[in-house]
Amino acid sequence: MATQQIFSPLPGIFYRKPAPDKPVYKDDGDVVAESDTIGLIEVMKSFNEVKAGIAGKIVRFLAENEDAVMAGQPIAEIDV
Amino acid sequence: MAIKKLLIANRGEIAVRIIRAARDLGIATVQVYSKADKDSLAVRLADEAIDIGPPQASKSYLNQAAILAAAQNSRADAIHPGYGFLAENAEFAAAVEAAGLVFVGPTAQSIRLMGDKVAAREAAASAGVPTVPGSQGRLESAEAAFALVETTGFPVMIKAAAGGGGRGIRIARSAEEFHHLMPQAQAEALAAFGDGGLYVEKLIEGARHIEVQVLGDGRDVIHCFERECSLQRRRQKVWEEAPSPSLTQAVREKLCTSAVALAKAVNYRGAGTLEYLYDDRTGEFYFLEMNTRIQVEHPVTEMVTGIDLVREMIRIAGGEPLRIRQDEVRVGGHSIEVRINAEDPARNFLPNPGTVSGLSVPSGDGVRFDSMLYQGYTVPPFYDSLLGKLIVHDRDRPSAIRKLERALAELSVEGIFTTKPLHQALARDADVQAGRFHTAWLEPWLESHAATLATAPPPSLAKVTS
Repeated sequence: MATQQIFSPLPGIFYRKPAPDKPVYKDDGDVVAESDTIGLIEVMKSFNEVKAGIAGKIVRFLAENEDAVMAGQPIAEIDV
Repeated sequence: MAIKKLLIANRGEIAVRIIRAARDLGIATVQVYSKADKDSLAVRLADEAIDIGPPQASKSYLNQAAILAAAQNSRADAIHPGYGFLAENAEFAAAVEAAGLVFVGPTAQSIRLMGDKVAAREAAASAGVPTVPGSQGRLESAEAAFALVETTGFPVMIKAAAGGGGRGIRIARSAEEFHHLMPQAQAEALAAFGDGGLYVEKLIEGARHIEVQVLGDGRDVIHCFERECSLQRRRQKVWEEAPSPSLTQAVREKLCTSAVALAKAVNYRGAGTLEYLYDDRTGEFYFLEMNTRIQVEHPVTEMVTGIDLVREMIRIAGGEPLRIRQDEVRVGGHSIEVRINAEDPARNFLPNPGTVSGLSVPSGDGVRFDSMLYQGYTVPPFYDSLLGKLIVHDRDRPSAIRKLERALAELSVEGIFTTKPLHQALARDADVQAGRFHTAWLEPWLESHAATLATAPPPSLAKVTS
């Protein structure tokens, strides 16, 4: 087991839910597959899915829902 | 009360536009900004600038309390909302007036009335302005909907009452299709919005988007003729012009007269735009909605009429009556505006914020560039992708298109991809040159011209951050 980080691919606003009234995509402790969506990044009013990119277990999110993030900023820690 | 200090509750190119108009009137300016806009051109140009919060619009440009506090702390006596954000928020307009400040726009009551689709349609109908044939309000049952389409004929659009932005729209071309689609639409609306209410409207195929600019002082209203904005992608206008290349003089007169009648009926104050669908095969037009604010594409009207709309709306807000009579408003020549967005037309209009490493702006007679750019500016990712608008004016439409091509060739935004190559391709297109288009024309054109757009040379030193 090694802990890695998942980085934001884009600059923008990070969302952990598909819509304000929906549950979060993933929670701390969830097991995820490489292709699982873990959040959205809003860039200039267009929404882009963020994939886990690697299989493992999410330790914790480093960015909160609606945080402003930069491209390359770590948004979650994952045990792989 | 004449305005002495104006607070601009917006950002980007429109904030710059408003600062310039205020300064031309000798009015001091206060620019509010989010942390992401600290280095914006508007902040640099304004007399004062006040931080109102984090980058997210919900916490800054939509934060009414922070904006009102900034107005009070800076002793501004008026607030200009620009477009978008709080521009059509009746509650904000009322709060501004309740705080003893001037809202540069219509009354909260006008905003509320025109923001309600059903009420706006009713106001239009009672002013004698034609609307698209369809339901006067929500339809709750399939039977009521079917009784209605018997009178309108096909094709019809079925829309979710709670929907928006094109979501939940279905098109039925026959009674059979209608019976099939109606229950689906109802179930989908219920699942998506928790509200199964529907509207049904006749679909006017191949219609153009034409809008009329009005100016009112709460008593009298004049029009400043029309703009045509039929070139749209995903319901966003990309190219706008004045006058419309498709209206006959007789229809133009009828259309503009109808807009004045409706604006007068609601005692409209400020600058406003009435949007219509126009069917150039039948000569029929249908009122869609009224935007109770200044619009992105207002410069084409300014170029052909010589009226500074932003200046006029500030004067009116300061209590002056209209100072232009209808018979003094004349159209001279032709004007075209194209939107320069931070989007890459070669990659399906992917937004790409980033740093502008170099900038050359076109100029010369009849060329105007309203933008928020300067060399070295970093375009933030948090807001819409509009960087600026290139506007040209010339004696007639063919000359204006040639001038647009020349000005686009002079425009160079380095470091980020923009929609400039799209406009260059459009300016060379035979249908665009002939004015042969409608609101559903551009999207298929983009598909069939994807290869051309993909081979457009990238901006030099392009560095894409996404």
